[in-house]
Amino acid sequence: MATQLKRTELIFKEYMDCNALMKNVMKMGRDAFIQELLDSGLKGRGGAGFPTGLKWKIVKETNSDVKYVVCNADEGEPGTFKDREILTKASDKVVWGMALAAYIVGAKEGFIYLRGEYKFLGTKLRIAIDRMENSIRALGINFKLELVFGAGAYICGEETSLLQSMAGHRGEPTNKPPFPVNWGYLGKPTVVNNVETFVNTMIIAEIGSAEYKKLGTKASQGSKLFSVSGDCCKEGVFELEMGMTVQEFVEEFGDGDTKAVQVGGASGFCVPRKEFANTIIGYEGIPTGGSMKVFNSSRSMYNILENYLVFFEEESCGQCTPCRVGTQQLLRGVRAVKRKEKPKSYLDELLKLANTMKYASKCGLGRSVGNAFKSIIENFREEIVY
Amino acid sequence: MSNSEEFINQLANKYGRKRESLMPILQEVVEQFYYLSDENMVNIAKELDISTADVYGTATFYSFLATERQGKYSIRVCQTIICDMKHKDDIIEAITEMLAIKPGETTPDGKFSLNFTNCLGWCHKGPAMLINDEYYTELTPEKVKDILLSYMKK
Ligand SMILES: Cc1cc2nc3c(=O)[nH]c(=O)nc-3n(C[C@H](O)[C@H](O)[C@H](O)COP(=O)(O)O)c2cc1C
Ligand code: SF4
Ligand code: FES
Repeated sequence: MATQLKRTELIFKEYMDCNALMKNVMKMGRDAFIQELLDSGLKGRGGAGFPTGLKWKIVKETNSDVKYVVCNADEGEPGTFKDREILTKASDKVVWGMALAAYIVGAKEGFIYLRGEYKFLGTKLRIAIDRMENSIRALGINFKLELVFGAGAYICGEETSLLQSMAGHRGEPTNKPPFPVNWGYLGKPTVVNNVETFVNTMIIAEIGSAEYKKLGTKASQGSKLFSVSGDCCKEGVFELEMGMTVQEFVEEFGDGDTKAVQVGGASGFCVPRKEFANTIIGYEGIPTGGSMKVFNSSRSMYNILENYLVFFEEESCGQCTPCRVGTQQLLRGVRAVKRKEKPKSYLDELLKLANTMKYASKCGLGRSVGNAFKSIIENFREEIVY
Repeated sequence: MSNSEEFINQLANKYGRKRESLMPILQEVVEQFYYLSDENMVNIAKELDISTADVYGTATFYSFLATERQGKYSIRVCQTIICDMKHKDDIIEAITEMLAIKPGETTPDGKFSLNFTNCLGWCHKGPAMLINDEYYTELTPEKVKDILLSYMKK
């Protein structure tokens, strides 16, 4: 029996009077709107889930003549394509969300860091930027927004790497702390938010935190865009409330023969069939930037794992040893086990390595390689070995 | 000044001579000449007054900033899992058959380069590829041949 998943329609809702919403917020005052964001429970939609209200509050309260607002449109996590959809269908809401952030924290300049793969969106975005800049000037706000492009590096989605790249350097992540809120672009306090997060701040400006909180669950408020692909009865971008189980998700989107769902992309977790019913998608279970990849029983979990490892081995920035060498060794290791050059017990050695990477790597890339690795090896060991 | 020196000089005028100007300059040079030649990297370094090693080091970090000769049309086929499941191998095979190049190679006439790339954000419409900035989705070997034919005529 298919259960009805809770669909919402906020992000792509056709009409939003951004200009009027901005005026409302200006009337309400900066601190009052930050309180709204805090009350709404909105957490960043880029994957890490940091409370957006708190991020804006810190930057607002940091003393500095120069501050920046940056939109992370690097969307590189395998299986994620919702930001592209937002930028295509709701670009006004994104640039207005950035203007809102700029007004609240006191920034005069902003940047959209768009992945090079989405360069075709540039013209459209420039039009939205011009339109917003013109209206906002009439409101007496001085905010200049620029579009910059990535150049084919997944790691540049990591915020410190992104800021390095914007500054003209290799996109190598820096240690946190200092966090971008204190020491961001060119060393200035910087708000970095995901595309979807900016849209959500506009939604909260429109409907208010009380209404917003009615969506989702206690730990995962609001709605979320999911990028659904793989062995599905329907693929694409869907706006759903968080807090559903993988089971409910599979009943709606699977092809009737779902073996596993990879939640959160290559850096997320692989959920096997036996765990579907008791795995919640959201902060009380598996949090996700929205990538949902569905695999049916015709798929080889070995191929999936190997594909992820190739991805990480290529995309590791190579700066720190646990990740640079770790990704190479994991890939080499599973291939060796598959070819019977190493005994199956070698997988346990590799699991130890993945665990070390989790603690010893410098950034989130190296730290999350073990998620998919461990969840696939533990649940599908026979498929890896034979 | 040679043509490319002139071009780089203009880019530096346009974007400024700060370190933050490096990425857009590198990107436009690649757009113009398809890759970053040693000579161009030296000239960029001179314009921005930074070391050539810094320019080279930055460029080589990014997969879209090639430092080896590339074709006028850069074909990038997604190799990540969903496109893999949706038969990206057939797409590569069709391209290889038509252009006689394998991934990593450029046609002798300098027109096409073929490379693998990672998830392009079109998984639900895979297999997907880029040719320069254009995206192509829901590819089949037949479709890919038609697309390549249209580029051959350009
Ligand atoms: C390897 C890696 C890749 C990331 N890629 C992205 C990305 O493509 N888009 C994004 O918004 N956040 C990405 N993030 C998360 C960012 O570092 C950062 O947390 C986020 O942009 C903050 O915005 P939010 O609070 O609105 O989510 C990535 C993190 C890591 C470790
Ligand atoms: S963990 Fe990997 S991607 Fe992150 S800094 Fe280290 S080498 Fe680079
Ligand atoms: S896996 Fe190919 S576009 Fe995402």
